[in-house]
Amino acid sequence: MTGITEEPTAHRLASEAAPVLPRRVRRQRNRRPAGAPREKEYVSLKAKLATYLILAPIAILFVAPFAWLISASFQPISTIFANPPTWIPDNPTVDGYKGFLNVGTLTEAQQAQGHGEWRWFLNSAIVAVSITVLQTFFNALCAYTFAKRKFPGRNVIFVLFLGTMMVPGQVTLIPNYIIVQHIPFFGGNDWLGNGGHGWLDSYWGLIMPGVVSAFGIFLLRQFMLSIPDELLDAARIDGASEFRIFWSVVLPLCMPALAANAIFTFQGAWEDFFWPLIIMSDPEKITAPVGLALFVVQNKTDWNLLFAGSVIATLPMVVVFIIFQRHFVRGIAVTGIKG
Amino acid sequence: MSTAVAPVRKDVRDTRVRKFFWRMWRERSAYLFIAPGVIIFSVFTLAALIFAFYLTFHRWSIIEPEKPYVGLQNYEDMIHDERFVQSVLNTVYFTGASVPLTMIIGLTLALLLNQPIRGRAIFRTAYYLPVVTPFVVSALLWKWLYNGEFGLFNYYLLKGHIIDEPLLWLSDKNLAMPAVVLMSVWSGVGFSMVVYLAGLQSIPYELYESAKLDGCGTWRRIRYVTIPLLRPTTLFLLVIGIIGSLQVFTQIFVMTSGGPVNKTTTMVYYMYLWAFKYYDMGYASTLAFALFAMLLVFTALQLRLFKDGGTQ
Repeated sequence: MTGITEEPTAHRLASEAAPVLPRRVRRQRNRRPAGAPREKEYVSLKAKLATYLILAPIAILFVAPFAWLISASFQPISTIFANPPTWIPDNPTVDGYKGFLNVGTLTEAQQAQGHGEWRWFLNSAIVAVSITVLQTFFNALCAYTFAKRKFPGRNVIFVLFLGTMMVPGQVTLIPNYIIVQHIPFFGGNDWLGNGGHGWLDSYWGLIMPGVVSAFGIFLLRQFMLSIPDELLDAARIDGASEFRIFWSVVLPLCMPALAANAIFTFQGAWEDFFWPLIIMSDPEKITAPVGLALFVVQNKTDWNLLFAGSVIATLPMVVVFIIFQRHFVRGIAVTGIKG
Repeated sequence: MSTAVAPVRKDVRDTRVRKFFWRMWRERSAYLFIAPGVIIFSVFTLAALIFAFYLTFHRWSIIEPEKPYVGLQNYEDMIHDERFVQSVLNTVYFTGASVPLTMIIGLTLALLLNQPIRGRAIFRTAYYLPVVTPFVVSALLWKWLYNGEFGLFNYYLLKGHIIDEPLLWLSDKNLAMPAVVLMSVWSGVGFSMVVYLAGLQSIPYELYESAKLDGCGTWRRIRYVTIPLLRPTTLFLLVIGIIGSLQVFTQIFVMTSGGPVNKTTTMVYYMYLWAFKYYDMGYASTLAFALFAMLLVFTALQLRLFKDGGTQ
C-alpha cells in the first residue's frame, strides 16, 4: 500500500507512550501566535452549513436502519407489521429476545412457530475466540521465524505461503469440505479417514482451517522486520531460549500489529457465513450468522425474534469496535481489510 | 584426469551436504516454530488446491460411490452452460455498480469530513457503523426494509409521493440486483471513507496553500490536487473492492437466493448450488477455478501493492 499510512515500526511505541497532557494545556500550546499563518484552512460559516446539510441527511440514512432494528427488537410482532411503522414502541417487550434465545417460558404461538437457540451465540463465541487466539499466536510464530531466523528452505516455504494468498477461499472451500469429512480418527472415521463424518458438524472443523492465515503472517512479518536484530542477539547472549526471545522480546514489541490482526480475525470469524453454513448441519451446533440466515428461510414471519437475534449478533462487534476504535482505523490503514 | 578431479568434487559436495544438514540441525527450533502453521497450511491450502484441480477432471458426487474421470468434460460443460454465463454477467454487473458507487460516496464523505468542523467523530462513527455490523445481519435487515408490503422503503417512498404503488424490490426482475447493490454500498461506504481519510491526511497542506495562491477555487483544488494525490489510495480501494465484489455471496443467499429467474445468481452462489444442492463437486470446482481466473489479475495487483507498501 502506498503512502496512505505511516510505516509500522516498533520504534513508534515510544512516542505512543508519551504522557497525555490535559486538554487546556494542549489548547494553549496549540494556539496560533498573533500574525502567524493559520495552520488549517479556515472554513466559512456558509461552507460549514452546506457541509452539515449534506452530512446530516446521509448520516440519518445510515443510522435509521439500526434505530429501526433496535426498536423493532423490542416490539411485538403486531406492531412490527403495522402501517405506519412504529419507531418508539408503546409497550416495549423482550419476548423477541426470550423467543430467539429460547429461555424462559415461551408462549404457545412461539412454540408452534419455532424459536432460536442461545447456544448459537455460545458456539459463535467459542469458535471466534479460539480462532482469534490460535491464529494470532501461530501467525506471530510463523511471521517471526520468517522475518528473523535464517534456516534452509525459508524462502521456498515463504514464497509458497505468499503465492497461495492469490487463491480465493472459494477454490479451496469444496476440497476442504471433503478433506474435513475424511480426517482420520475423528467422528467415527478409521485411520484412512473413511466410514464416519470426520470434522463435519464439529467445532474442530470450524476452527482448524482458520488457525493460520497467509495474509496475517505476511503483514506481521513486515512489522517484525523493523525490530532490530541487535535486540534479539542481546537476548540470545543473555541466554534466553529461542521461544523466550519470541515470547518476551518480540511479542511485546508487536502489540499494535497483533491487536490489529486479532481484531480483524475476531470480526471475520464472528461473521463468517459460508464455511459454517456448509459444514454444520446439527441445529444445536450452528453459529449465530448461520442460525439467523436459516431462521429467516424457515420461519418467514417471526421477524421480532429475528430482529432480537440480529441485535445480539451485532453487539460483540460493536463492543470490540468501541474498545479498539483507535486500532481499527490504523489496522485498516495497515492491512486494508475488513474482517 | 577426470578420475583425479572426481574425488575432490565428491568431497566438496559431501561437506556442502553435511553443512546443509548441520545448519538445519542448528536451526531446528525454527522448524518447530513454523511446524503448526506449515501443517495446517499444507492440508487446508496446498493439498486443498491440488485436490480442487483434481476434482475438475472428475464427476465427483458426494452421494455416489463412483467418481469417474471425465477429462475436460466439466470445462466444456461450463463454456456451454447458459446459467454460468448469466452468473458471470450478474457478477460483473454487481461489481461494476457497487465498487465505483462505494468509492465515490466514500470519497465525498471523506472530503467533507476532512474539514475542521464539529462532530466529525459522530459522523464518522455513523458512517462506519454498517461496516461493523455482521454481514448476515445487514442483509436480513435490508431484506425487511425492501419488503413489498411492510418494508420501510415502500412506506416512505409512497408517503413522499416518489412512487405511486409499492415496489417489489427483491422479486422484481429489474430491481433485485440494484437493491442488492444498494445494500452492499451502504455496508461498504464506511470502509472507503476511512481509507480515504487516511489518504487525505497524508497530503501536505502546503500544496493546497500554493494552489490557493495560484487562484484555484475549492473545486479546482479538489480536482487538480486532491484527486491526483489520492491515486494510490484509489487504486488500492479499487483492487480490494473488485476482489471482494467478485466473491459476493452472503447478500445473495439471504436476500434473494439467486432469484428472480437467476437475475441475481452470482458466480459464487452458482458454485454453491452445484456443490451443495446438486452435489456435483467436480463441476463446482470447475466453476471455482473460473472465478480464480477472473480474480487472478486483481490479486496479483493487490500483492504488488502490499509489497510496495512493505518495502517503501
